[in-house]
Order: sequence, then structure tokens, then C-alpha cells
Amino acid sequence: MVEGRNADLQLSPEGKLKHLLTIEGLPAAVLLQILDTARSFVSVTQQEVKKVPLLRGKAIFNLFFEPSTRTRTTFEIAAKRLSADVVNLNIATSSQTKGETLLDTVANLTAMNADMFIVRHAQSGAAHLIARHVGPNIHVVNAGDGRHAHPTQALLDAFTIRHYKGSFHELRVAIVGDVLHSRVARSEIQALNVLGVKEVRVIGPRTLLPRHVQELGVSVFHDARAGLEGVDVVIMLRLQNERMGGPLLPSAGEYFKYYGLTPDKLALAKSDAIVMHPGPMNRGVEIDSAVADGGQSVILPQVTFGIAVRMAVMGILAGN
Amino acid sequence: MQIHIKNGRLIDPAAGTDVVNDLFVADRRIVAVGTAPHGFKPERVIDASHLIVCPGLVDLSARLREPGFEYKATLESEMQAAVAGGVTSLVCPPDTDPPLDEPGLVEMLKFRARSLNQARVLPLGALTQGLKGERLTEMAVLRDAGCIAFSQADAPMSDKQVLMRALEYATTFGFAVWLRPEDATLSRGGVAHDGEVATRLGLGGIPACAETIALSSILILARETGARVHLCRLSTAEGVAMMREAKRGELQVSCDVSIHHVHLSEQDIGYFDPNCNLVPPLRSVQDRDAIRAGLADGTIDAICSDHTPVDEDAKQLPFGEAEPGATGLELLLPLTLRWARESGIALPRALRAVTTAPLRVLGQSGGSLAAGAPADLTVFDPDARWNVEPAALNSQGKNTPLLGHEVQGKVRYTLVDGMVVFDATLEKSASHHHPF
Repeated sequence: MVEGRNADLQLSPEGKLKHLLTIEGLPAAVLLQILDTARSFVSVTQQEVKKVPLLRGKAIFNLFFEPSTRTRTTFEIAAKRLSADVVNLNIATSSQTKGETLLDTVANLTAMNADMFIVRHAQSGAAHLIARHVGPNIHVVNAGDGRHAHPTQALLDAFTIRHYKGSFHELRVAIVGDVLHSRVARSEIQALNVLGVKEVRVIGPRTLLPRHVQELGVSVFHDARAGLEGVDVVIMLRLQNERMGGPLLPSAGEYFKYYGLTPDKLALAKSDAIVMHPGPMNRGVEIDSAVADGGQSVILPQVTFGIAVRMAVMGILAGN
Repeated sequence: MQIHIKNGRLIDPAAGTDVVNDLFVADRRIVAVGTAPHGFKPERVIDASHLIVCPGLVDLSARLREPGFEYKATLESEMQAAVAGGVTSLVCPPDTDPPLDEPGLVEMLKFRARSLNQARVLPLGALTQGLKGERLTEMAVLRDAGCIAFSQADAPMSDKQVLMRALEYATTFGFAVWLRPEDATLSRGGVAHDGEVATRLGLGGIPACAETIALSSILILARETGARVHLCRLSTAEGVAMMREAKRGELQVSCDVSIHHVHLSEQDIGYFDPNCNLVPPLRSVQDRDAIRAGLADGTIDAICSDHTPVDEDAKQLPFGEAEPGATGLELLLPLTLRWARESGIALPRALRAVTTAPLRVLGQSGGSLAAGAPADLTVFDPDARWNVEPAALNSQGKNTPLLGHEVQGKVRYTLVDGMVVFDATLEKSASHHHPF
């Protein structure tokens, strides 16, 4: 009855990216274009003079309704490397608290000639709402909306996997932890499936996996050892403190014992398996320091690749 | 006033007939069908050629937003919406501000509504003071002020002992209690049905058992107390099955569904359309199909609009923050017709769900076009197509999942108590009724 509502906001009728809101609805070709563009930017980040003039004169507004230092910083660095002007708005301290609606805030910023909004918000769907209400030449990048999506994280994780593993097709990827509350997990599952991995596994206690999680296109494991058997990539999700001691989980200790990535659990994966984490890590809760700092961990390279991927996203959007 | 409605297609849900004929109205009643009574001199002749004439729609739930929420909608705008939608009687829930737990508030609402000379307003009284679920209201005094039954609206009632006592107290006077089954602890943190869509969109889920567990408790207490209970806004397949079972056991219960749940499912949320944020939530396609089956086999008695005007500022927010509810008075008729068409149900039978059945829930007979029946009538063009746009709606609530869509079925005339209270030929545009 309301088919029109599902029309993809992200792509123009010619299939070009207008906004990056979610991995859902993006064909593999678009994802690969971002990854390939990011590869060219990796060399930029390794140069002495790290800038390209691609976005010179463009104003990029970081609209962070949810606090974040890491993600905001990487977007800021990426924008500056493209020679853009960056404005950071920490909305928790600005007009939002004075009762201004989300859309009014966006309208006011648009009037200041913003070209791109990087949005992080505590509510699922916030980036879509903003994208539906911005003017025609303004691009919106979702830096994380509630539990729904974090597309640039999924893309940088895909980039990292391709960097170390070459191709996606024969890979088994395990995502371990609080999938229920994770926008990173949702976006990653979609990206990995579209890019054609052999299998995506989610591993966690029942309370941390959505009841209909299998509809996302994953194999479900409650036994971490069984789930890690023979995988090529292990992605650990952060477990937030608020989840402990409530109706979801009894304690960090029990979680770490059964789901924490320790060397002996990692040994069940392939010997050349890589360990990833979107950060920040809770050492001793979801991941053991020996693994986080060990030879199979690619957690720090993820951060570097994240800058290149975000440069690619912003560059492609501004060019469309 | 003597009115001759000429040549209309008379659909009488009570009699089950569908036949072209003339209808004569005088002294607030239908005085004849077919031949004019002796000496009948019409002061008005309505040409109903190619139009359907049926009993006025009876809507079991429409929020008028007065008292207290006048910035969302007013009695004037919503009563206009009602008659523009062919609704001649409507039941309003008690969750106004303050709630309808004092006779003075009820009397004022009834007085205001009556003075507008439009649809009949049948208020539900609050079952507990302030709708807090703790202390009983003065139900008998509220009934005397005009309340037709008692309800908790959407306010949770967690203390089952209070609920049991409230039901017992209601049976003292033979009052009906209307309850929407929802366990607040199971729905806590949820904004959408706990299914495939909420999983994918990362929205807090409300499991079906939030409805069925509460429904089970209510049905058991209804049996224990012998209370006459009406269950509001079922949304789950399992809930429909439980009602079917309860009715087989001859329990004195009835139930309704919102017109939106007859048509929509969680799939219609798309990418976070806040107009699809409803209470109860839109559920799976299987739940929607079970609701249709429940309407077809009579398990579900009535369809209502659950009209809930929400202002733009409260709706255009991220899905989880948006205020739930949809405007519905003006969509009840076209969407009921659509359901009839899609289900292959003949109009006399289909229109029962919005005429005779709601009246039966209210403990009244009626919903007929026989001589002697009250002249509450809806005259509509079943073929007229119109686009659901803000300017096309009289309600101040423009919040509908159908925004931008075309619907079929438009009211031309509405009569209440033998008087024409809505005449589409006189309406220039809906905005003519707004204060600005």
C-alpha cells in the first residue's frame, strides 16, 4: 500500500550515490567503487603532504547528536585531507537542548550553506529523516543512527578484509557479541552478504541476538567455540557496561568466559584468521589483551583504513 | 425537516439488502422507503443517483483532543472531519488532559459537541482516577454524565487486583469495560513489532506476547467476574485466535481492530516512515491476514478508525521518538470499501463492520435503513477517487501512512438526527474550516 515510501533515498535514478545512509539497497558495484576509491586514498595518507584538493571550498558539518571522539575525529581528518572546511557541532550542548527540533537545526545549518552533513544520532532512522528534508545538493552521511546502521564502519571493515584476504568469496566471517544493539553488526552483515562472502556467522548469548536475526542472512551460534571453528575473520563487538547486571546479561565475567576472544578460542579459527574490532575495546570483557595486541589483530590498521574509506565516501558524494 | 433522498443505492447492513430506491426522512427519522408517506412535502431533495446511501458510520475510537490537546486538534476541526468522513457517531477515549474521570469534564465535552450540531459524541469514562490504574472512578456518576462505558485508553493497568475489582464494580451497574490488551513490561522499550523489520531497522521490538499475555489475563478476569468486556485494537494472529476461542465458550466479549491494521503491516514502515508508528504497532503480514480472516468469520466485531491527530512537530522525528497514531476519520470509509473489494465481501456485509456491529458493541440495535430508524445517514460516491493530501483532510491531523496515495470513496452528504450536517457541494476546501 505504501510502496512509494520504500523508494531508495540514497541513489539517484541513474544509480549514483546521493547520500550514504545504510548499506541496505546499495548494489555491490557501489560498494566496490567506494573500496577501490579508498585504495587510491590510502597512498595519500602515507605521503608527506597528505592533502588533495577534491573538496576545496566545500563546507562539511559534523552533526553529532551522540558524543563521539573517534568517529568524529576520523571524519574531520578525512574531510581536511580533501581540503574541505569542517565545522563540528556537538549538539548535546547546542540548540537541541533549548527545544529546537531536529529538522529546525538542520534547516538552520543548511541556511549557512552546508554541502554535507555527517550525522550521528541515538535514534535509528535519524539520518534518513534528515536526508528526506535537506535541499537537493546537500549530501548526508550516516555516522551511526541508533542501532540501525553505521555504513562507513562496514565499508572500512570490508576494505580491511579485502586488504588482508584478497577476495570475499570463500570467506567465513564471525561477528561476536551484542548484535541486538549494534548498528555496526547490521551494516557489516549487509555489506558482507552483498559482497558475496561464503558465510556470515553471528555468535552470542540469546539475549544479545535479535529474535529474527536469521532473517538478516546469517548462521546463528550460541556456542562461541563452535562458531569460531574454521573462520577466516573474527569481528568482535564492544559490549557496553549498561548491558551488564540487567535482564540481558548477569556479569562481564561470565560473558568473557564464554564469549570473550582469548588465544585458545582464537586458535579454533583458521591459523591465518584476522581479528577485527570497531573500537573502542573493552579489554577483558569481549577481548583478551593478548589477542588485541597479538599478531592476528588488524585493529589499528582498521583505523587508518577508516580515514581513506571516509575520504572516498565524501569524495564520491561530492562528485555526484 | 422533510428530506427526500432520491434514487440512491440503499445499502442496509442490518437487512442485508442492496437496492436502488427512494428514502424519506422527517422528524429525525426515516419515515419511509420506496413510496413517500401521504402528505409528504420535502423541504429538500437530495439527488443520490449513482451514490450509495447507508446508515451513518459509527466509529468506536476517535480522539478529539479536547480537553487539553488543543494544539494538536480541536473539537471543531475533528467534528468536521467526522462528518466529512460520513461518521455520524463516534466514541472518544478518555485520555484527554485532564482524563475524563470527572462528570464535569464529560458534561462539558458533551455540551461542546452537541452545540456543534454534527456527529454524536459518545465518551468513554476513565476506569480509574487519572487513568493511573489505582483507584476506581465514580462510574455511575460518570455514566449519568454521559459515559457509555469505561476504559483505560492506552494507559497500562499493571495491578491485576485493581483490574479485577474495577470489572466487578462495573458489573454492579451492568457497565461495559473497554480494554486494549498490552503488557507494559513486555512492550517496554519497543516502538515497532518485534519482527523482521524491527530487526533490520534496529528498532526496539514489541513482541506479540505483549498483547496475548495481557489478553489472556483480561479474558480470564472477564470470565471470573462476568463483566462485559470489549477488547480494543487487536493486532496479533494469536490474539484473534484467542478471541475466537473465548467466543466459542460464550464469554460476553467483543473486539475491534483499527482500519490501519486491516491493510498495513510492518513492511509499510519502509525506511522509518513515522506515519507508520502506531499503537498497537503494525505487525507481520501473517498477523494482518489473520485480522482479515477474523473479520470474515465474525471473530472480530468491528472496525474503527482509531483517529489520533498528531501535530507535525511531534511526528517528523526519528521513528522511535515520533508520537504514535494516525488520522483516520476521513479514511475509515474509503479503506473499509477497499477491504470489501479486496476480500470479495459484498457491501451490505462489509459495512456492518462500521455500522451495525459497532452499535451492537455499544449495546444498541440499529444500523438499518428501515422505516422508524434514526435518520443518521451517509451518502457517498463509491467511485470517486481522491488523493490523500493535507489540504484534502478536514482534520488537523495530517499524519497518515496513506499520505500521497489515492483512495476511492467520497462522502457527499451526511445526515445526523435527520439534519444535513455535511454537504460536499458546499465545501470549497478543507482549509476553510481552519482558524488560519
